[in-house]
Amino acid sequence: MELKEKLLSSFMAFEERIDVHSDLHEVRTSAIKNFENKGFPTKKEEAWKYTSLNTILKNDFSVFPKNENAIEFADVKKYFIHEIDTYKVVFIDGVFSSFLSSTTHDGIDVCLMSSALNKPKYKMIIDNYFNKVANKDESLTSLNTAFANEGAYINIPKSKVVDKPIEIMYFSTGNEAALLVQPRNLIIIGENSHVQIIERHQSLNENPVLTNSVTEIFAQKRAIVDYYKIQNDNLEANLIDNTYVSQKLESTVSVNTFSFGGNLTRNNLNFYHFGERIVSNLNGITIIGDKQHVDHYTLVQHAQPNCESHQDYKGIFSDRSIGVFNGKIFVEKEAQKTNAFQKSNNILLSDKATINAKPQLEIFADDVKCSHGCTIGQLDETAMFYMQQRGIPKKEAKALLMYAFSNAVIESIKIPELKKRITTIIANKLGVKLGFDL
Amino acid sequence: MLSIKNLHASIGDKEILKGINLEVKAGEIHAIMGPNGAGKSTLSAVIAGNDTYEVTKGEILLENEDISELAPEERAHKGVFLSFQYPVEIPGVSVTNFMRTAINETRKANGQPEMPANEMLKVIREKSELLEIDRKFLSRSLNEGFSGGEKKRNEIFQMAMLEPKLAILDETDSGLDIDALRIVANGVNKLKSDKNAIIVITHYQRLLDYIVPDFVHVLYNGKIVKSGGKELAYELEEKGYDWIKQEQEA
Repeated sequence: MELKEKLLSSFMAFEERIDVHSDLHEVRTSAIKNFENKGFPTKKEEAWKYTSLNTILKNDFSVFPKNENAIEFADVKKYFIHEIDTYKVVFIDGVFSSFLSSTTHDGIDVCLMSSALNKPKYKMIIDNYFNKVANKDESLTSLNTAFANEGAYINIPKSKVVDKPIEIMYFSTGNEAALLVQPRNLIIIGENSHVQIIERHQSLNENPVLTNSVTEIFAQKRAIVDYYKIQNDNLEANLIDNTYVSQKLESTVSVNTFSFGGNLTRNNLNFYHFGERIVSNLNGITIIGDKQHVDHYTLVQHAQPNCESHQDYKGIFSDRSIGVFNGKIFVEKEAQKTNAFQKSNNILLSDKATINAKPQLEIFADDVKCSHGCTIGQLDETAMFYMQQRGIPKKEAKALLMYAFSNAVIESIKIPELKKRITTIIANKLGVKLGFDL
Repeated sequence: MLSIKNLHASIGDKEILKGINLEVKAGEIHAIMGPNGAGKSTLSAVIAGNDTYEVTKGEILLENEDISELAPEERAHKGVFLSFQYPVEIPGVSVTNFMRTAINETRKANGQPEMPANEMLKVIREKSELLEIDRKFLSRSLNEGFSGGEKKRNEIFQMAMLEPKLAILDETDSGLDIDALRIVANGVNKLKSDKNAIIVITHYQRLLDYIVPDFVHVLYNGKIVKSGGKELAYELEEKGYDWIKQEQEA
């Protein structure tokens, strides 16, 4: 049976387990209808021109894991920012692990989507926020919505500076031959509040995984959200990340995406502005090789005056890897005095590596500053010679240069331990041990 | 120390060095002067091993060993240092960390253990004082946002740290004001010993008032066309390079 058919029949099974009379049920039903109509995206669609899901969809994915799987903390400790105390919301094969998690309801809610969806006391919040910024036309988002049941639910009331970072972690044990997981995160950050969130998807063995994740982030007035996505999964793991950000007056949301691993990764990152003087930051570092494929598909919808957006994506591609950067900036007529910048800098280390870069600017206001720049090149030979001349061997010199190339984005990491972790991953990725901590 | 014999080098099809012969002994300072486009920077790049240039004939001996086939870092490990005319900016890597990497890679290549951190700090302190470099400067990203003078001073600081046998200073005086020139020259003179050698590449005689050469060579059209003592530099300053050009074309 094709995956689409399997999913449609699974939805019927899913319906039997849940309350079909709730408002939520209508949301789910219309979502599955949209997915049924549109199906999985194909390369015929402009938005998926450079990324094909065909090969992946041939796997016989289980939609619901058969067993509850447990893992020992010691085995997965390395995936956490364990040097510091954090809140943790951890899932194993899509199922919440209370053992590995460290949630809270003390003044802030850092807990489970399933509780939020099912408990009456959250009903109003779910009615107001769930699936409200997500794109209801997009078929993979709809697929996720139809099955949305578990994920992280974070609700920070106003004027709270959350005392420690929140880690959202999705592990796949690989105990199923092939697993489809569809996490759904809802994150609401109140007025004047500040939070740091780290999200990671990690498979623990080589069985194929397809993650179709949807995250909705609502930043209220003057809220500050620093969001980090660590994508360093093994080579059989596939990730489609759909993130939707809704921002109100004077809020600042930064999403930093570090893509080093995985077979295929698609990041659909969307920002919508509902107020003036908003700042949106989209940063990314992609370092891939082998036959890896990473596709960044960004949208910033400038709808109000005096807002800013900054996109800075660095990519280093070796072997036969493929990178895609499609950055869309939409400036509506009302959005005067918009400052929108977009940069995509890429280095190809192999003749067989590919980068497809496509900026899309649609500007309907007449008093704006918008720019986009895309560079594709090789490593700077003069810089290589300079470092080698000082006695640094070619391999290390190359690593240092690539580090320097991605530095602007690394500098945007505000959690020191995370910064160190990312630089270590980069050094490992480049196969060097540098004589100092970067 | 350095013996260059009948060195020819090209970039693409274009021959730039057309048979260079040069003998530099330990303890000596040589100046190589010449008009723009004579091949001065090419010569320094070729000695340091820049593979943009192809050595088509001849040899480069460092302490009787032919280094012309070695990678740039291997030459560096054997004690060749080139102060760049245009030092490269490396964002995110501090001067200190860059030096630590360079020194420890060199030590590793020469079978020595890494330099202990406290010793490293001590050496850095000593050498930065020699070049009158502010300590804060050392934690900045290498060459990023440095003024022309700071970049050159930083090059000589690196030379001081690496203690090369053969140092080639390529247009080190360009972009320096008189105070920075004095500091840089003073640093170079203090680093000078009877065990190392220095080649100063310069367009103008100005630097040679501060770093006094034992020999001056004039490079023109890929060849050394004249050699002499330091007085040759004054003669060039006075007469200009047209004198050499006319003599050659006559």
